[in-house]
Amino acid sequence: MSDFLNPQFWYSVIRVSTPLLFGVMAAILSSITGTINIGIEGMMLMSAFWGTIIASLAQNPWLGLLAGIASSTMMAVILAYFHLKLKTDLVIGGVALNLLSSGLTVFLLYLITGDKGSSASLKSAVIPRLDIPFLKDLPFVGRVLSGHNVLTYIAIISVFVVHYLVKKTPLGIRMRAVGENPGAAVSVGISVYRMKFLSLILSGIFAGFGGAFLSMGYVSWFARDMTSGRGFIAIAAQALGGSSALFGAFGAILFGIAEASGITLQSLRIPSEITNMLPFILTLIVLVIYARSRVRSHSRIQEQ
Amino acid sequence: MKRTLAILELVRFVITVGIALLIGYLFLLFSTDEPTEAFKLFLTGPLTTQRRFVEFLNNSVPLMMTGIALSLVFQAKIFNIGAEGQLFFSAFGAMIFALYFPQTPWLHILVVLFGAALFGALWAFVPAFLKTKWKASELVSSLMMNYISYFFVLFLVNNFFRDKTAGALVSYRFPQSAWLSTLTRFRLNSGIFISIALAIAIGLIVYRTKWGYQIRATGANKKFSLYSGIKTSMVGFWVQLLSGAVAGLAGGIELAAMYRRFVWQSLPGYGFDGIIVAILARNNPFLVIPSALFIAYLRIGANIMGRTTGVAPEIVVVLQSLMILLITAEALLERFKQRAITKEAMKNE
Repeated sequence: MSDFLNPQFWYSVIRVSTPLLFGVMAAILSSITGTINIGIEGMMLMSAFWGTIIASLAQNPWLGLLAGIASSTMMAVILAYFHLKLKTDLVIGGVALNLLSSGLTVFLLYLITGDKGSSASLKSAVIPRLDIPFLKDLPFVGRVLSGHNVLTYIAIISVFVVHYLVKKTPLGIRMRAVGENPGAAVSVGISVYRMKFLSLILSGIFAGFGGAFLSMGYVSWFARDMTSGRGFIAIAAQALGGSSALFGAFGAILFGIAEASGITLQSLRIPSEITNMLPFILTLIVLVIYARSRVRSHSRIQEQ
Repeated sequence: MKRTLAILELVRFVITVGIALLIGYLFLLFSTDEPTEAFKLFLTGPLTTQRRFVEFLNNSVPLMMTGIALSLVFQAKIFNIGAEGQLFFSAFGAMIFALYFPQTPWLHILVVLFGAALFGALWAFVPAFLKTKWKASELVSSLMMNYISYFFVLFLVNNFFRDKTAGALVSYRFPQSAWLSTLTRFRLNSGIFISIALAIAIGLIVYRTKWGYQIRATGANKKFSLYSGIKTSMVGFWVQLLSGAVAGLAGGIELAAMYRRFVWQSLPGYGFDGIIVAILARNNPFLVIPSALFIAYLRIGANIMGRTTGVAPEIVVVLQSLMILLITAEALLERFKQRAITKEAMKNE
């Protein structure tokens, strides 16, 4: 139990929550216009790959970050084009993109490094950590909140940015209008097509940040299928919070706690297979709780 | 009319495969010194020797089964893509029945296969139940079940059923009464007959029975079906269970015929490949047969190319996903389809 009072534990909660925070933001931005982006997993994976490859070729992590985001945005454009223009089913399109990323990254990884498992043979470049002045000197809080990767701080800031964008700006209101009632949105002159396209692209950008963090912050290399379900967990966490970025972030941190506890429990000689299951089981439970509450509120509305 | 639409479907298929192969060739141009040689191996590889041909047929067996499983749920517009986890869990189930059921000839293998189907249905029960009872998204829950299946089965197999004398992370060997026979000296999986029969049987259920009609009606228009008296949520529930059983059978057959132990340390991927098989077959269980053969052909072709030229065979996954995108692009060729329909309507006036 003392492990959970350790600042080290909460530091690692924030660390493992970072890609999930980005993922949840990606899920929120796509789902508010009614276009659920199942491809977040694949977009993150693509960004993780290009991020670390370009970063190590250029020996510049920021170029890598840019390349990663560009690649995931490109994927989002493909999905948006196929779904909105060519009428591919959104779910199937997303599944196809996830397969595409999984195959393409392994293919290219082998081509570039001669290894199918990871890019560990390349000289890596990682995005630096940041010590926050004053904060780092505080007891406990300083050890939890300071010294994280730059992208972690960007993730925390982006929660508030997304919250503001969705809830307060005209653009966010338009996007939500498209999601809630496309007919009404059209009648007041909002282009459904453009809003949905934009929301998928924004989703791709945030997924790109999340993927880049995995290969240039969380660890310093790319490994085959390294996203390992984080994109889907993000979608589940978003379902928990609806269109609220703050609730969504809460969900992401909840999963972060599950993952970090898994890592802690492994040191207590509990088999890694069991601890690895925790976030996925938690996702199932949360999904049920969310669905139950929704069914209840629906029947309450019907009763009235 | 029907013929014109069928021809358009065929044209769409040919265009899709053409584009995918072209992109595949472009990839090869950048990744090997002999792209033409590699491409030739990729396209004709499975036909070059008898051994490779059997390898290709064997590969199509699990794909056919997962393709049937997914076409069933897709028919009802249910996105339960948990076939991968169902297959993995049921392979574990098959192992339990193979190792612990009394070794009686004939009966034992039947119990193993039946047990595998049961375990598959059991794994599919979770997302199906959550969906029916609380409307929890089956897409997310079935995906989570895939990961849970993977870690759970590995935990059990590696800790309790591991054959320490085998020199690799595999389970104890199945007794001979739990083997599904293989034919010819190249070991053709006799499960291919089971899977073809199953495709036809499920096809008949979907297209010739009342329940099959209910599945299709639910998929085509859920609200309309509900108002016309179909219990759509129960249809959805049972179709997911049946789908799980079929995917489960795939796992049982694969172990009982090809490996005769539990051998997997990573997900074999048949459940995910089943998605493309089903989509390519337009969710028609009869068409799953050629569709699975086609995908298996590409897969084995890519493997042969990989073994000979050193190009990573994962390229085929890229081609497959491109095919999914193009095949499901409803608006592609839409103009021609509209024109054909209009022309037909004019003629009838």
